[in-house]
Amino acid sequence: MSTSFVCLVEAQFIVMIISLGRTVAALGVVGLFLFSGPTRTIAADGPVAAPPTSSIEQALTQVTSEDESVREAAIRLLIEQGDASLVPRLEEIRATADRSIRQAIKPLMDLLKNRAKLTSPSADVRRSAATDLGSSGNPSVIPWLDAAMANEPNKWVRYTMEESVALIKLAADDPSIKAAAADKLGELGSQNAVPLMNQLVAAGTGAEATESQKMVAKAAVAAIDRIETWAVWSNVIETFFRGVSLSSVLLIMSLGLAIVFGLMGVINMAHGELMMVGAYATFVTQQCFTAWFSADVFDWYFPAALPVSFLVAAVFGWVLEATVIRFLYGRPLETMLATWGVSLVLMQAARVYFGDLTAVVAPGPLRGGAQVMVGVYLPYNRIFIIALSIICVLGIYFTLFRSNLGLRVRAVTQNRNMSACLGIPTRKVDSYTFAFGSGLAGIAGWALTMVGNVDPGLGQNYIVDAFMVVVTGGVGKLAGTIVASLGIGGLNKLIEPYSGAVYGKVFILVLVILFLQWRPAGLFAMKGRDVD
Amino acid sequence: METKKPNEASPVEADSVAPSDAGPSRRELLVQGSKVAAGIGVAALLGNLGNWALSYAAGKEPIKFGVLHSLSGTMAISEVSLRDTVLMAVEEINAKGGVMGRPIETVVVDPASNWDLFAEKAKQLLLQDKVAVVFGCWTSVSRKSVLPVFEKNNGLLFYPVQYEGEECSRNVFYTGAAPNQQAVPAVDYLMSKEGGGYTKYYLLGTDYVYPRTTNKILRAMLLAKKVPVDRIMEEYTPFHHQDYQTICGKIKKFAAGGGACVISTINGDSNVPFYKEFANQGLRAEDAPIMAFSVAEDELRGMDTSALVGHLAAWNYYQSVDTPQNKQFVANFKAYCKKNNLPDGDKRVTDDPIEAAYFGVYIVKQAIEKAGSIEVDKVRKAVYGSKFLAPGGEIMMDAANHHTYRPVLIGEILADGQFKVVSRSKGLVKPEPWSEFTNPDKGCDWIGHQGTYQK
Repeated sequence: MSTSFVCLVEAQFIVMIISLGRTVAALGVVGLFLFSGPTRTIAADGPVAAPPTSSIEQALTQVTSEDESVREAAIRLLIEQGDASLVPRLEEIRATADRSIRQAIKPLMDLLKNRAKLTSPSADVRRSAATDLGSSGNPSVIPWLDAAMANEPNKWVRYTMEESVALIKLAADDPSIKAAAADKLGELGSQNAVPLMNQLVAAGTGAEATESQKMVAKAAVAAIDRIETWAVWSNVIETFFRGVSLSSVLLIMSLGLAIVFGLMGVINMAHGELMMVGAYATFVTQQCFTAWFSADVFDWYFPAALPVSFLVAAVFGWVLEATVIRFLYGRPLETMLATWGVSLVLMQAARVYFGDLTAVVAPGPLRGGAQVMVGVYLPYNRIFIIALSIICVLGIYFTLFRSNLGLRVRAVTQNRNMSACLGIPTRKVDSYTFAFGSGLAGIAGWALTMVGNVDPGLGQNYIVDAFMVVVTGGVGKLAGTIVASLGIGGLNKLIEPYSGAVYGKVFILVLVILFLQWRPAGLFAMKGRDVD
Repeated sequence: METKKPNEASPVEADSVAPSDAGPSRRELLVQGSKVAAGIGVAALLGNLGNWALSYAAGKEPIKFGVLHSLSGTMAISEVSLRDTVLMAVEEINAKGGVMGRPIETVVVDPASNWDLFAEKAKQLLLQDKVAVVFGCWTSVSRKSVLPVFEKNNGLLFYPVQYEGEECSRNVFYTGAAPNQQAVPAVDYLMSKEGGGYTKYYLLGTDYVYPRTTNKILRAMLLAKKVPVDRIMEEYTPFHHQDYQTICGKIKKFAAGGGACVISTINGDSNVPFYKEFANQGLRAEDAPIMAFSVAEDELRGMDTSALVGHLAAWNYYQSVDTPQNKQFVANFKAYCKKNNLPDGDKRVTDDPIEAAYFGVYIVKQAIEKAGSIEVDKVRKAVYGSKFLAPGGEIMMDAANHHTYRPVLIGEILADGQFKVVSRSKGLVKPEPWSEFTNPDKGCDWIGHQGTYQK
């Protein structure tokens, strides 16, 4: 062979080796880059053929490129083909990248995470993911939402997915898609769409609006009209529910006081503190459950705390009656002063013993709420309190009016001397009644841990409202307390959206004052001679 | 003995009443008693004299610091920790030899969350106990109550809590944040892309001076940044308000379509029902994050934090700030609480007002040592411009306006009641008690001017 041929062959061979080397080096760099983090199996994509995987790999490297268009193309590809398994790798890339790349990658990561959450077992997580996908505005998520929608059992998650799809389509370029989306949103009654649709209306009614913009604007106007009409109705329903909820809170607070003040004529300024005792009993029960039982029976602390708070508060009330109030029957001003002093003692004792910061964790079933209609979302804890107040009222009714014990209680409060003559142990009946009223206060404290805070000042927050309800309703009548709480609660919630919380309360107080000027004995006054 | 008739004069007989038989006479008893008493008195005097002589010789007459925080009543929830912090700082300083070789003696009084009592107790501390400096107050009401007392008697008050500004007193050093060190940067953060780029702002507060003034400043700021008026809502609730149903409904409607945030200046126990109702009505931190200015680690200890995760707060310090001196400070505080059997022992947490109270004590110590005296005018001058390595990082007292340079940290609430810092200012922020948005023409300067002046 001539040397030139050998040289040629050698040269070609060298070129081959160099190019091979370059490819190997490139692959090596890519491999090094990709596998520099913790190793993980690439099983997430399942039995997908090799070529799509490598384009994802390619996209992952291009995501960090300096060129914005390359980056965006990579991101688009990752959105279309990627899934949540890429998130850890994106996280690694993000950790070492600079600010602009980090800001580009974040929305991508959010989208992929939400995509995975669309198939989560928890309805709340699915719904949350659907909402976030809707507000992302990225049209590539529409097929994901459509696919998830088809298998979705929960009505409201499906609603959110439909709303999200329509919201994204509303921002599309094609006017007919926009108009169709607007119609759909009007049908769904979606409040979230209103700001966008207002923009479309503004664009369509401007001086330079095109035909298509006008058409879209027309659809938007019709949709907004539907949405706002439904919003008025849902507002009415929600206001009604809020009024009933506030009334139920006032009612359970006031029932104990109605019995003690109404039936026995004892002005118990420590009533709020008895509620606080019930609330702290709930807290202690919670702590006991945390300390002695396993975490999966934790939610049962709440039903277990019911008898505890009733009994503890009843015991406190019984002791209070035996030591302080017994000596002051028939002397309301002295009772008021003495019980006020007791309330201060109880408050500071709680502060010293418990410290000021005690947290009661709501049990699982009572967290969150139920959506019953579009725009009407009812929290579980408030439904619970409404049910509780109804049960309490029925319970008290049956105890007072249908049982022997109740008969004796009513006899003693109406005519003590005559009852004593007839052999009723009036001292004992007084103790039981007061203890029962205090126990009811304890139950109120137990229920109110769901709504508010457990702190030594808890009683002071509620005592004024409780007295207001009892006095307005007419001292001595249970029906009066119920009607007064419904009236005050309902009126408060009716005015509050317009006047704000501060003036709403002022208005209610003024109304109560004026009402009492007109009917000093309250709504349902006790008729007949005053025997005591 | 024979009974003597009362009106019979009895001649003095040598053997009728023998003093030695009947015991010492009254006269003798008296003389003896007075001798003993005199002896005790002399001994006591000598003893005291000796004591006084010793202390005089060693110069160890203690310096008195007053602590004016509520230990009972509604504000005890927050202020008891500040008293504990000041006592701990004093203990640390005394262990290292005190100030100028003299030990610090703390005079702790309890104004019991009663604003009038604050003024009375302040007077007692300044005039009766003659303290060198007072650490106290939390609510703006209490501070405004004691202000005339301090100004009239030329006392010094170190006030460690964030407040609404619009004050520039010669007798108060404000170690907490002014609005431009908390509220304004927080809203800046929310407006920025990094913070989420929010465009609708719901200003919600408790109805008293601090939220009203802060919201006035924030509204002026938002309008200056061209936010349309219909994108700003302002609402107030009374103290101890428990029913937030209507307000959460309004927030839901306001937040429809995205881009809304809630700026909360709700104070005290109304925070818990608000956050609970917010979560129970199906609102998430992503729908409308709540940025709170009065919720710190100490308040979170008493809340069910599952409803709060993901919401934000703005402070100048968090317990989770990662500096070596902070780790030491947190450990010391927990150990101190445990050692002294304070409620919750080593589960106590530190937060911004606690850190401010702590470095306030050290700033005073440094100033007294620099001035070489405890005279108020000299100490005041020595405080201007002084620096200290606080647990959260170095802070500096402003050279003229009685406020403190501090960093601004935006934190996100975590499930364990701690904060994760999501944004931090570049360095320390200069305090401006008169906000550039509501009072651009006013400034505060005690060196070049007489306090508040027109620019």
